[in-house]
This record gives sequence, structure tokens and C-alpha cells, in this order.
Amino acid sequence: MAKILILFAHPALEKSRVHAQLIAAIRGMQGITLHDLYEVYPDFNIDVRQEQSLLLQHDIILFQHPFYWYSAPAIIKQWMDLVLEHGWAYGHTGTALRGKFAGNIVTAGAQEAAYQKDGWHHHTIRDFLLPFQQTAALCNMQYLDPYVIYGTHRLTHDSIVEQAISYKHMLEQLRDGQLKIQ
Amino acid sequence: MEHSYFFIAMIYLAAAVIFIPIARKLGLGSVLGYLLAGVVIGPSLMGFIGQEGQDIMHFAEFGVVMMLFLIGIELEPALLWNMRAPILGLGGLQVLITTALATGLALLLGQPLNVSLALGMILSLSSTAIVLQSLKEKGQLSSSAGQSAFSVLLFQDIAVIPMLAIFPLLAGTASGDTASHEHTLRDDLPAWAQTLVVLGAVTVIIVAGRYLVRPLLRVVARARVRELFTAFALLLVVSISVLMSLVGLSPALGAFLGGVVLANSEYRHELESDIEPFKGLLLGLFFMAVGASIDFKLVLSMPWVILGLVISIMVIKAVTLIILGKTFRISIEQNLLFGMALSQVGEFAFVLLSFTQQNNILSTDTVSIMTAVVALSMAFTPLLLLLHERLIQPRFNRKETTDTREADEIHEKHPVIIAGFGRFGNIVGRFLRVNGVQATILDLDSDRVDALHNLGVKVYYGDASRQDLLAAAGAAEAKVIIIAMDTVEQTLEVVKIVRKHFPHLQMLVKAENIPDTYELMDLGVLHIYRETLDTSLRMGADALQMLGIRAYHAQRSANTFRKQDDKALKGLSAIRNDKKLYINTVKERIEELEKLMSSDRVTRWNPTAQGWDEQSMIDEANQD
Repeated sequence: MAKILILFAHPALEKSRVHAQLIAAIRGMQGITLHDLYEVYPDFNIDVRQEQSLLLQHDIILFQHPFYWYSAPAIIKQWMDLVLEHGWAYGHTGTALRGKFAGNIVTAGAQEAAYQKDGWHHHTIRDFLLPFQQTAALCNMQYLDPYVIYGTHRLTHDSIVEQAISYKHMLEQLRDGQLKIQ
Repeated sequence: MEHSYFFIAMIYLAAAVIFIPIARKLGLGSVLGYLLAGVVIGPSLMGFIGQEGQDIMHFAEFGVVMMLFLIGIELEPALLWNMRAPILGLGGLQVLITTALATGLALLLGQPLNVSLALGMILSLSSTAIVLQSLKEKGQLSSSAGQSAFSVLLFQDIAVIPMLAIFPLLAGTASGDTASHEHTLRDDLPAWAQTLVVLGAVTVIIVAGRYLVRPLLRVVARARVRELFTAFALLLVVSISVLMSLVGLSPALGAFLGGVVLANSEYRHELESDIEPFKGLLLGLFFMAVGASIDFKLVLSMPWVILGLVISIMVIKAVTLIILGKTFRISIEQNLLFGMALSQVGEFAFVLLSFTQQNNILSTDTVSIMTAVVALSMAFTPLLLLLHERLIQPRFNRKETTDTREADEIHEKHPVIIAGFGRFGNIVGRFLRVNGVQATILDLDSDRVDALHNLGVKVYYGDASRQDLLAAAGAAEAKVIIIAMDTVEQTLEVVKIVRKHFPHLQMLVKAENIPDTYELMDLGVLHIYRETLDTSLRMGADALQMLGIRAYHAQRSANTFRKQDDKALKGLSAIRNDKKLYINTVKERIEELEKLMSSDRVTRWNPTAQGWDEQSMIDEANQD
């Protein structure tokens, strides 16, 4: 059973429809640590040692966030800048994260069709997440395919609840090693 | 020589204008300057003024009344109540012990018992005018020595009442001539009725101060005639004096009480600024009159007797005070200041001396010798305080270093000066220190300086509102000064000095409340930190969090609130003067709060974060 760390970032969860449900669905799951970055670090003063020790205790690291301007909310960048230190996460002696997995759980307002080469945004979400992919590579981690919930602007409450249940199932499978990782 | 009033006024004013700047330049302080000016223009030297000196002194004593009114108005009743132990304990013991010792001395010198007792009581008093003015000038009024000295002086003012009652009894059969002193309502009454009259007068002041003077002040202020307010302020102090004299109480004491009653008044600052110049001029006049009254012919005819008397009286008084100060746990340096400051004989002695002369208790010779002794002891006091400042205080400063490494550090001037190392300043200092920023720390509380020194923190004892001290602390080379004095008055003084002499220094100033903030804004201070603002908002943010609101939202909301509040305050500061005369402070505060609250309702202090709100996008998506 793998241990999963979810680095969750939503600057205005009180306004969120989708993430609030996702969080509610997975809270308290065995083997899964939900780490709410904006709640723990409202002042962006990230405790680097604490974050590093959390990383060491987990096998799979997932960034869960809304897709803001083709990327993650600001605190994720702050977290990466500070926590993934040279000599610890990368570089000649930076082997702390070797062999772990990393990935993104993303919600996007537009439909999947918009995130295509010939779509409204001209690129896929996977393409936009290239910095995450290469960051994982530099830290000797394997980058997982992003888990995307598309079209959230048009989701009804019921379908959001369904999405939350699927998300929970996906995490269970990932945790129990039933999901094929390429 | 008979001169016109204008000529005399010209002489006094010219003497003040010439001597005070010189005295200040020499570091002697204004009190000594006035005294010297008095000596020079007096009958002994230039003779511009002669016998009228005594009359002028009686007139100028009104400056003392005004001073006590001003002190009272700065003292809230609760503070006064807190001081009851030093007033009764320290003051009571001082008067009793000094009276006993001085009486003993007089007996030893062969005076009869009644004369000795009268002299003892006269000599136990100290000079409110000289002590408070000198201490104020040195910024020592709020130190433990200053507070203790004030307590003792206050008790002495109360002690005058029974003294005046006892004096006619000492005169024995030779007197009975009460007509020669001002006739008071109490004279022919039995003891219990006298007490009632005194209590009644005190009640009148308190009740009238509260329920009559305040509405009257509002009416007068509304008339919007500047000099009318000044006239009313003077009328107030004069009326109190008249009432007090009528019932045979000390006018100074009554004025002090009247001041305390008005301490919470909304017109406090106006009253203060109106009376202040009169007080200053009258006190100056008083000091000059004291200087002029020293009869140098008499002093020179028997120099050793008079000098011996002055020195023994001052030593007796100072030693008594220092022993008492030690019992009341005043630190050594402060205790020495306390003892020296109160070692002279007070101005009331002049009144009592002429009174005893009229009552035939003392002979004319004794009275003239004693008058010279009293005046000299007053003249010596500023000198003693100067001695304390130059010789004793530096020994207790933390400037001397014990090892060579520390001496090196003083050579590299620190970029930061912290003026005031109380609750507020010490947090700033600690924070700077952990960030590797060295600061030169100045503090006025010698007990605190000692305590910090024991903890290994280098703090310099001294008044940061003194230009020379700031220069010594490296103000010329420093970049930043943090001003966090214990009181608003001290803070304002430091700000003024820094602005005048070290304009390159960036000032970061602590403010206690909104009125202080306004005053600092008026002085052009850019970086003002209201003492409780950040903490209250952090508390509010934590409360929001406990109610389930997201931490990030709560924090942003608190930050936004602080910014908006600062902005609103700057806006209100600009328009506040229009209404200042009308609204009393309490009302003003409520109104300000209302204004702030109503602007809250408009902006709701919410952090605007449209970027995180997807409602508009949802709406658009659903339109397609």
C-alpha cells in the first residue's frame, strides 16, 4: 500500500464548488495525507523542513488545484521554490525524492475539447503542465498522467458529487497499486 | 527709586530674554537662569528693582498655582489614587521627620521651643516651583525620582493647612492679631465646622468641575472667540484660588484638585495650551523675585552663619529623603536625585515667615536671616541637580565598557537607535537583534536599565529627547530611529528633536491611540505604528478562523482592514480640525469610530479577489 501526499492549493475554497466536494470525499482516507497549503501557510511562510519530512514519509506526491492561468495557484510555486532544495531534491547529492511519483489533480472550467491542438486553448493540459513534469524528472521522480476534471463551469451539483466519488476511487486504486502506472 | 510699571516689566522681560538663552547654552537650565537674572537686576547688584521684589514674589506665586493646575490636568484621578501610598507614606514621613530634625537643630542653636517648632515646620517644606520645573526640564518628571518628589510635594501642600492652624497657637499670648493675615471663613469656627468647611470647598471644586465647568467650557468654546477661552481658563484658576484662600486652604492644592477633575475633559489640551504661557512667565517672574530677594549685604555680613545654616538644612533634608527613598525602594541613582531635588526650602516659607513675624513668633532679625537662607537654598537646588546630571548620573550609565571587545563595538556606530525600551521597544530590539542588526538603545527608566544590564543587554540610560545624548548615541551616522517612549509627551519631544537636529534619520514612531496618531501626522511623521492595531487584527483573524473561515481569507481580510483603516485615518486627520472645538473627546472618539464603521459597511473590508471568483465565467459558459 503506497502512501499518498496531496498538496492541496485553493486560495478561496469558500467560493469553490468542485474542490470543496473533492476534499470532503477524500478526507480521512487511510494512507492518504491531505495537506491544505493555503490553510497551513496563509502568510506563505512555508516551513521547509516540515514539508521535506512530509515528502520523505510518502511515496506519491499529488498537487491538487484549480487550473489558474494554465498553471497552479501561487502557493504551489512558492512551495516548489522553497522545498525542492538543491542538494536535497536535485543535484549531485539531491536524492531524497528518488523513486517517488508525482502528479497533478486539476480542475478546469472549459471542456476537454478546448484543451486540444485545434481547440480554444491550442494545447493540452498535459502540455501546460510541462514544468511539473520536468521538475519531477529533475528530482528523479516519475511523473504521472494528470487527473483532470473538465468543464467545471457547467457541472451540476449532482455531477460534482459523482466526480468526487470517482476521484476517491482513483485514489484508492493508486494507493493499492491497482492503477497501471506507465 | 519709583519706576513705572512698564519700566519694571521691561527690566524683568529683558533680564529673562538675556539670561535664559545664556543659561541654557551653558547647560544650567532655565530655573538657574531666572535666579541669576533676579540676582543681577536685584537691589544687591544693579538695583533696577528694589523693595517691590517681595510684592512681585507674592504675585508671581500665582505661577505655582497655575503649574499645579497644569499638573493636575495631566493626571487622571485613577493615577492619583494609585499614588496614595507614596503621597501619604513618603510625604507624611518626610514632613514629620524633617520637622522634628529641624526643630531639634533650632533648639540646639538656642531658640525657644515655639520658635523652633515654627522654624521646623517652615523648613520641612520644599519648593514645588523649583523642583517640578527643574525636573521637567531634565525629563525626570515621570522617572521614579520625579514621581516620588511629586508625591512628597503634594503632601506638603496638604500639610500647610494644619500648619497655618497651629501657628497662632505658637504665638501664645503675644499675638491674637489675626487681622494681619488674610481673614478666612474658618477663623471663628469650632474644629468640626472648620473640617466641614474644608470638605465643602473640596466638594464644590469637584462638583462644579464636573457639572458646571464642562458645559460652560462648551458654551465658551462655541463662541469661537479665542481670547474668551483664555479668559475663562484664567478665571477658572483664579476662582479656585479665591475659594481656597477664603476657606484657608492652599490655592495650589485647590488648583491641583481642579486640574484633576478636568483631566478627562475634552478641553484639556486647550486649557493646557492657554494657561501654559502664563504659568511660564509667572514662574520665571517668581524665580527672578527669589533671586532679587537674596539680601547679599546680610549674607556678606555673616557669611559663615548663613552658609552653615543653608548647608546643614539641605543636608538634613536630603539625608532624610534619601533614607526614606531607600525604604521605599527607589534605586540609588534615582534616590540621590530625589534627595537632592527636594533638599531646598520652599517658597511657602516666605509666606509663613512673614506670617510668623506678624504673629511675633519670630524676630525681624531671624526672619531676614531665614529669608536669605531659604532663597539661597532654592538657588543651590538647580546647581545640585546639575551636579547630579554631570557627575552622578554618568556613573550609573551603562556607557562604560568592561572588556575591549565591547569598546570596539562602540566605535562602529550602529545604524539603528531605539529610543525607549519598554514593552514595545524591546520587541523591536529583539527582532532586530536576531536579524543581526545592532541597535543603540536609550531608556529613561533607570530600574529597567539596571535590570536589562543584569540580563546582559546593553542599554544606555538617558533621555532621548536631549540632542547631545542622541548625538552621543551616533544619531549623525545612524539611518533609522525607533521611537517607542513610555508616554506620548516623551515621544513627541523626541520626534521634534530628531526632526530639528537629525533630519536625515528615518523615524519609526509608536503611537498609542488615534489622537496621538494625528499629532504625529501633524509633525510630519510618515511611519506611525499604532500600538494595538496589528495585535487586535491578528486576534480578529484568529476568531474568524475559529468560526470556520479559511486562514488565508482571514489573513488577507485583516491586512486589507489595516490598510483601509490607515487610509481612512489619514482622511479624517485632514478634516478633524473643523470640529475640534465642538465635540468633546469622548464624543469625538465615538464619532470617529462611527465614521470608520460606516466606511466599513461600504467596503466591507473584504479583500477583493475577483481572480478567484469564477461566477462570471460560469455565467458566460452557460450563456453559450
